[in-house]
Amino acid sequence: MTAKLVFLGRLEDVAGMGELVVGPGPLEAVLAALEPALAVQLLGERVRMALNGQLIAEGGGIVLADGDELAFLPPVSGG
Amino acid sequence: MADVRLLGEAFSAMDELAVFTAAHPEAGGLVSFLGQVRQEGGAHAVEALELKHYAAMTLPGMTALAAATEARWRLDGLLILHRYGVMYPGDPIVLVAAAAPHRRDAFAAADFAMDHLKSQSWFWKREKTARGWRWIEPRPDDHRDLARW
Repeated sequence: MTAKLVFLGRLEDVAGMGELVVGPGPLEAVLAALEPALAVQLLGERVRMALNGQLIAEGGGIVLADGDELAFLPPVSGG
Repeated sequence: MADVRLLGEAFSAMDELAVFTAAHPEAGGLVSFLGQVRQEGGAHAVEALELKHYAAMTLPGMTALAAATEARWRLDGLLILHRYGVMYPGDPIVLVAAAAPHRRDAFAAADFAMDHLKSQSWFWKREKTARGWRWIEPRPDDHRDLARW
């Protein structure tokens, strides 16, 4: 029973890793178990979240289930 | 049907355009844009550029962008190629080409696709200069460009 957090862009540097396997459960509890400095960055106003590849409006009320992948997406820059 | 690819290896823009052009003899006009890693001098010169993507979203997002572009203009064909990984000055990053019965549609479609690739697609860019690696945030210009559509 595991879920996965994915850190994109500069958040990968902040986290020191691209992915982190976590236990399922409410997002609040998952974040509370992380380094506070990382959790603050993940909850930044300009960071968006995608659950299993789909953007979500906000993290409130999210409960990670077995196999879920939650990605943290800072502002993009392509081209 | 658009040709949309997310590439981990270098590509030849000239070869890709030759194939695309040959595939659309019915088109009256073809517009292309090639973005490449800038070669510059001085202390702030970019030595390398890295683009990261997210497998769950980047290519699906590019495919949706291609569909939106094709729905908005009358096109005979659309090509969208985008690199990820580490690139060096002179390396191609992105190639967009639109083939259309008439030039206005081809110009507009390529412009629209590029503006959205720059600031609305799932890529994260960092540059290496003499001072090390630095993440690049979108510029205000990028958002202004997007607001045109």
